[in-house]
Amino acid sequence: MTGRLFAMLIAAVMIAAPGRGEQVVAGLSQEAISITTNFDGSEILIYGAVRREAPPPGIDPMEVIVTVQGPIRPVTVRRKDRRFGIWVNTDASQIDAAPTFYAVQTTVPMARALTQTEDLRHRVSIPMAIRAVGTGLLDQGSFTEALIRIHSADGAYQLNEGAVRFREQTLFDTSVRLPANLTEGDYTARIFLTRGGAVVDVFEQTIPVRKVGLERLIYALAHDRPLVYGIVSLAIAIFAGWLASAVFRYIRS
Amino acid sequence: MQIYLPIAEVSVNAFLILGLGGLVGILSGMFGVGGGFLITPLLFFVGIPPAVAVATSTNQIVASSFSALLAHLKRKTVDIKMGVVLLAGGLVGAGVGVQVFAALARMGQVDLLVQLCYVVFLGTIGALMLIESLRALRRARAAGGVLPASRKQRTWIDALPFKMRFRTSGLYISVIPPVMVGLFVGLLAAIMGVGGGFIMVPAMIYLLGMPTKVVIGTSLFQIIFVTGFATLMHATTNYSVDLVLAMLLLVGGVVGAQVGTQIGVKMKAEQLRILLALMVLAVCGQLALGLLLMPQELYSLADMRAAP
Repeated sequence: MTGRLFAMLIAAVMIAAPGRGEQVVAGLSQEAISITTNFDGSEILIYGAVRREAPPPGIDPMEVIVTVQGPIRPVTVRRKDRRFGIWVNTDASQIDAAPTFYAVQTTVPMARALTQTEDLRHRVSIPMAIRAVGTGLLDQGSFTEALIRIHSADGAYQLNEGAVRFREQTLFDTSVRLPANLTEGDYTARIFLTRGGAVVDVFEQTIPVRKVGLERLIYALAHDRPLVYGIVSLAIAIFAGWLASAVFRYIRS
Repeated sequence: MQIYLPIAEVSVNAFLILGLGGLVGILSGMFGVGGGFLITPLLFFVGIPPAVAVATSTNQIVASSFSALLAHLKRKTVDIKMGVVLLAGGLVGAGVGVQVFAALARMGQVDLLVQLCYVVFLGTIGALMLIESLRALRRARAAGGVLPASRKQRTWIDALPFKMRFRTSGLYISVIPPVMVGLFVGLLAAIMGVGGGFIMVPAMIYLLGMPTKVVIGTSLFQIIFVTGFATLMHATTNYSVDLVLAMLLLVGGVVGAQVGTQIGVKMKAEQLRILLALMVLAVCGQLALGLLLMPQELYSLADMRAAP
């Protein structure tokens, strides 16, 4: 299937419309992600090709960086310290905007694919994706580092260097693993073409992630009619309790 | 089999949750405790966000307690009159507790307080119960397996007014102590996010002098209402009750509760109390270690759903 996709892409590249020097043409294996009851994470295949008018300029090879970013939320990071012999939360720092999910996949190590300046401008690497305004704490940086460390450990933040396959400086593909505990919202996939550490072209596409079916129904009821939802929960609990009791009595008699 | 929980927004193994529910259900039926003090930490451990774990376990406790209560009602081991008196205090206590909880949450130290509460209360009650039941067991052995009927001494409790007869418990005491017990348990239940059975059961045995067999059913009766009230509060204020998680837990829980009740009938009251005491102490020790040992990760992330 991938082979045919590439054939189609090459055809698209051949028909090439007029434009800038080098452009990215890309596609995603899924336009949207539905969270169903048996949702257990997902994988998105991101593929594409580089469209060129002229032979590749310069001697630096072209590199590809693919990022997928989840909805952005504020988050509070707390730090424990020893007080009176027990470990207590003492300091807290509010991080204004941190993505709930962030994956960076590249063809070569980040340092070679992108310069610091370009990273600052396009906010590509994981630390760049997090925005923390100073809170008066001297070591704000350690809170941001902790956030990245915790999320890297649970798979929410991923840096996969070399995970993008890039053939003949033209065709690329990579697959991004989305964990099971996805937050609902609009995810953004970005593809950067870089040459000598400078961004040549960017492609961006939104991937809506939505709960569907029963998941949607329960979520909506819980938020729109909380009292009804609470009563339903209680009714189910009491009914289940009675049912179990009745069934056991029946079995024993 | 993986199942995605709509409110918790995580995917969990359905059989693992069923198992957890079953385990806690067995304990619920055996000891008359709701099991909240066990299920809530266990859910944290499986990766359920704390707010959802607390709220959903109250719903699960309603189910398993109701199932166990029906079994006790059938055997006529529930003192409904006493239960109602306890409940009157319990609801007032829970109402006050919710306010205390909200005030502490604003100060940002609610986690610590909850943990300290657990350690202090579980530790004290567990140790007291263990010592007392070991002593009772030894006494029973010394007397050739027959427990000497100890005449209840007259205490200050007997001097209080508003006396009421509780036929099922065989008591004629003032309503003030049960109302106070209910109030105190309701308060702690709201702060600690549990049914409060582990405090209620010893309080009824040692403070009110109720017979152990009646204590469990009566405790369950009171727990159902207090946790039901808590479920509604959580559902309407925090939107944190996960129906799918609750269903999984309660399917395991209600079955477990029936099994537990059967086990409970076959065991001696002293043995039951020793087991419960050991379990309470184990949970207490685990939580105390968490406070005393240096954590692996000094930093923690606050629950993101708290943000609007």
